[in-house]
Amino acid sequence: MAVHTSQSVAKAAGDDVARGRSRGTGNPPPPSRLRRALSVHWYAWTMVAPVVLVIGVIIGYPLVRGVWLSLTDADERNVARSIGVNQMPATYEFVGADNYVDALTGTQFLGTLGWTLVWTVSCVSITFCLGMVLANMLNRRFAGRSAYRMALILPWAIPGFVSVFAWRFLYNEDRGLLNKILGGAGVDGVPWLNDPTWAKFSVIAVNVWLGVPFMMVALLGGLQSIPSEQYEAAEMDGATPWQRFRHITLPGLRPVSTTVILLSTIWTFNMFPVIFLLTRGGPGEATQILVTQAYKFSFEISPRDFAQSSTWGVLILVLLMLFAVVYRRVLRTQGDNW
Amino acid sequence: MTTVTETTGRNTVRKPRQRGDRSPLASAGLHLTLVIASVIAVFPVLWVLLTSLKPAKYATTTDFFRDTTFVNYTNLIRDTEFLSWFGNSVIIAGLSTVIGVFVSATTGYAVSRFRFPGKRGLMWTLLITQMFPVAVLIVPIYNIMSSIGLLNQPAGLVITYLTISVPFCAWMMKGFFDTIPREIDESGQVDGLTPFGTFWRLILPLAKPGLAVTAFYSFITAWGEVAYASAFMVGDENLTLAGGLQKFVNQYGAQWGPMTAASVLIAIPAALVFLFAQRHLVTGMSAGAVKG
Repeated sequence: MAVHTSQSVAKAAGDDVARGRSRGTGNPPPPSRLRRALSVHWYAWTMVAPVVLVIGVIIGYPLVRGVWLSLTDADERNVARSIGVNQMPATYEFVGADNYVDALTGTQFLGTLGWTLVWTVSCVSITFCLGMVLANMLNRRFAGRSAYRMALILPWAIPGFVSVFAWRFLYNEDRGLLNKILGGAGVDGVPWLNDPTWAKFSVIAVNVWLGVPFMMVALLGGLQSIPSEQYEAAEMDGATPWQRFRHITLPGLRPVSTTVILLSTIWTFNMFPVIFLLTRGGPGEATQILVTQAYKFSFEISPRDFAQSSTWGVLILVLLMLFAVVYRRVLRTQGDNW
Repeated sequence: MTTVTETTGRNTVRKPRQRGDRSPLASAGLHLTLVIASVIAVFPVLWVLLTSLKPAKYATTTDFFRDTTFVNYTNLIRDTEFLSWFGNSVIIAGLSTVIGVFVSATTGYAVSRFRFPGKRGLMWTLLITQMFPVAVLIVPIYNIMSSIGLLNQPAGLVITYLTISVPFCAWMMKGFFDTIPREIDESGQVDGLTPFGTFWRLILPLAKPGLAVTAFYSFITAWGEVAYASAFMVGDENLTLAGGLQKFVNQYGAQWGPMTAASVLIAIPAALVFLFAQRHLVTGMSAGAVKG
């Protein structure tokens, strides 16, 4: 039984019949169909069960609570807490969509969002381009290739927060190495982290430095899965290197690159440590992205504003989900699908 | 390689260059670019290492070596809680990696191979969960942990890190299982293995590189996580490394000596784990299995 189904399932992948069936079970099925679905899919369901459980219990429940908090006026003073032996009950109230209205009509959220978008787009695009260039270079055969690869992967092997502190050390305005080198060349020191514009540049540079190795390794993996016969055939037909890159490499990398771009956009949008450890969002609020600002609301200001923090969190989530939906849709119109 | 190119160039009948051969100029350009990129990649790390070997009073000098000494390390271990931070981090990152990979491998396989009701929903959930900003979960999880008494406990952070590692591991594992040809599953079934048997005996061994990479990645993620660790762990001896390192550099000034020494000691285990995973990072293992 099991053997039979899994073969049919495997073969039916991408088949319209199978998709129709899976959609059909979206309606509440009559018991007999349910039993049949169980007997067909029980092992698939068993295999996904642990993850579904984890997601439901430790992600689903907090998420629901987070959304609920965003609809209240909860802050440090009115949530349930215990002072000594006294239990104080929660006294916060439901306020409807007030927090959302405040966030979306105020300038703070939109301003932060603008910089977050600039940050995300520039980080992802620069990282992707550099990763692509380096991956293509490393995909050739030459002396010292593995040494270069080790060196280039190093930023990935070092924990992010360590690297961020290393950069903070280099960026230090008075005594950092970068300014000493500039000083040696007769150039005035640059206020790397203390001037709003330079700080933006600096945080992007650090994030690119951190992100390139992942891109490079992912794309390198993709490159090595492109059959070399395709390149041989193209060379036979006299394709120039650029044509080979354009018509073989890029399409061949498509599955990998769509995934890494999606993931790295999401990660960069939520990139907490780089901003938090490098500038704490400063100078002023110049480098504050949405996530760090939301964190600040619930853990750094006094009284801690849990409601506003959750509101921003939910808005971030909605924005990213919209992005993912649009992204998948664009890909699907171009012929990809799940 | 270059000599081959030169001799072919001198021949009157010009042989087309071999695939993968380059002109000397292109080779030089390639190496130059890679050297520059490598220097940029390595230098900040190297500089921290060199600084950690200088006495603290020379920390901000530009010399590569100056009175090389291990005094920063001995001070760090003697005068700070570094060892307890280190222990906390090892326990937390290790446990969340093991549990995360273990729990999510089967899901990755099911999503990669089978078509079943709820698959699309699950894929979306896995993807969307990775978008969860720290901000939306941190307050509820903080409240929950404080109500069940897990705040300031390693177990609390391990559970919290599962919210990061499980969706990610499942998604990564799916990608790795996708690269293993279905013919292998089918051959297993022809030989009479159940789906679980196929997964356990055939696919999982082939997916070892994938498992290693996923484990490595989630280890590094937990090892370097900052937001939850900073918010949940207070008190000097409960911090993880990410929290502890912040003690050395704050708005009032920086103790670069212990900071750099701690950085080196933190980076070493991460780099070791990395070296282990690195062998598997890009392998043609599954390709070899079908061809062979």
